[in-house]
Amino acid sequence: MSDSVGIVKALRALFDIPLTFRSGAVLPRYELIYETYGTLNSNKSNAILICHALSGHHHVAGVYADQTDNVGWWDNMVGPGKPINTNNFFVIGLNNLGGCHGSTGPSSINPETGEPYGASFPVITVEDWVESQARLADRLGILCFAAVIGGSLGGMQALQWSLAYPDRVRHVLAIASAPRLTAQNIAFNDVARNAILTDPDFHGGNYYQHGVVPTRGLRLARMLGHITYLSDDAMADKFGRQLQTGNYNYGYEVEFQIESYLRYQGDKFAAYFDANTYLLMTKALDYFDPAQDYSGDLNKAFSHARAAFLVISFTTDWRFSPKRSRELIRPLLHNKHPVSYAEITSNHGHDSFLMEHSHYFDVVRAYLANVNREISI
Amino acid sequence: MSIASLAAERPDFAAIAAWIPKGASVLDLGCGDGSLLRYLKETRSVHGYGVEISDLDIVSCIANGVNVIQNDLDAGLSDFEDGAFDFVILSQTLQATRYTEAVIQEMLRVGREGIVSFPNFGYWKNRWNIFMGHMPVSRELPYQWYDTPNVHLCTLNDFDQFCDKYCVSITARSVMTGGHEVGLLPNLLGSTAVYRFQRGI
Repeated sequence: MSDSVGIVKALRALFDIPLTFRSGAVLPRYELIYETYGTLNSNKSNAILICHALSGHHHVAGVYADQTDNVGWWDNMVGPGKPINTNNFFVIGLNNLGGCHGSTGPSSINPETGEPYGASFPVITVEDWVESQARLADRLGILCFAAVIGGSLGGMQALQWSLAYPDRVRHVLAIASAPRLTAQNIAFNDVARNAILTDPDFHGGNYYQHGVVPTRGLRLARMLGHITYLSDDAMADKFGRQLQTGNYNYGYEVEFQIESYLRYQGDKFAAYFDANTYLLMTKALDYFDPAQDYSGDLNKAFSHARAAFLVISFTTDWRFSPKRSRELIRPLLHNKHPVSYAEITSNHGHDSFLMEHSHYFDVVRAYLANVNREISI
Repeated sequence: MSIASLAAERPDFAAIAAWIPKGASVLDLGCGDGSLLRYLKETRSVHGYGVEISDLDIVSCIANGVNVIQNDLDAGLSDFEDGAFDFVILSQTLQATRYTEAVIQEMLRVGREGIVSFPNFGYWKNRWNIFMGHMPVSRELPYQWYDTPNVHLCTLNDFDQFCDKYCVSITARSVMTGGHEVGLLPNLLGSTAVYRFQRGI
């Protein structure tokens, strides 16, 4: 396909300068796995960093030579001629620290013990991720990103870039995101964590040594999460009250199609995702609050940002609703930062940010075309 | 579109720009494709934002390099703080607002001064159309009665009265027809009006 970045290869970067986490914990050395698409220009001004959400990873676009059906998770958005146009930009996707797709995380072997990190892997924050991403940027010689882009938890990382490194990012695209989680959102995360933590196979996070995986907990966590990523309407359209067999069985086996779908999603996810990573990701979501050091005042928190912002929300997203994006816009307006906001009419809830949608894509395309003009001057 | 052709197409742009000092902060309500903001950015170096509801216009604004916030004007301007802008502009949109009085009050909460432009329903050609038994359709009012977004059309006299009633103090007015300033009998001979106003005492 001409609009695909084609065959891609995952790259690795090893960092042996210790990273001190916000919690005070220190990781002496770590590895980040990443992919790049497009070409870095001579003055290294056309780099875009893609930050992933809860279950994402470095494989953003293209396919692997030996796995031609393993298409990147944002392949509809990233590629030659696509909204994030790899003819113009050098795009980087990475797996965050603490992940389970190749970057150092709880399931990696701790070289000091020869065992998986497990429960000893430090609780990580969005701030820590940005720190580790900045080191990757240093390694690639990128002083300033043309844009940092992310959806959901990825949007929080993009925002954090504008706060931690105001001079290293020109544009921030925060999609289906929020400046910080609400109590309701933290509550969902807590139920998901509890499903994992109370699974008898969890073994305090050191299940690797026991040769088991807390599948039941992880599966429940994903089922719950999945409900919150879909809209009421989308679920009604797709499943309604349809039954598997057409009759009530008056029992507790799977009867409604939505039940079957959720279990399938849960099983699929639990088969490849690491439970400790899931715990870390949800905790990073909960902790993120740029205003924490400013007595809760987001206006102050965003006062030293220097980037321009594009904020996008989706009408039926109730996990990160348009209201939450507005909470983000207000401090940006207060500080007179350049900001545009688009509220996309979409039926697909929080998952909309991953789906192809002409208006959504037009907005991103138009915005990044200007960014390209700006860096080409 | 170039700045020169924009100015030719929209004579009210120049009238608005004439009142705005260089570097002012501007909020443009119902900013459409962002042409006015772009015009003001390039001619007056203003810093500002547009507010627009239409999906298509949001994309055009972004393509025009204009900051735009997607929002329904009639839902209020709660994202904007008191006195955040030097000027709040409502260009050719007043007549399409549902809660017109509330919008004008919001303009003067968020901005120190307001500017509105609107088609003068009292213009003689509009009166003539009515006299001949039809709703006016023209360059300024390009809709049929059944598909028009315009729900609150008014004449210059009506707007003057409105301002008087709601304690809005008019500081300047420019009335024009086809790009030419109209001095004589403005409510009869002017097709478009631009008002500058602030909160009355």
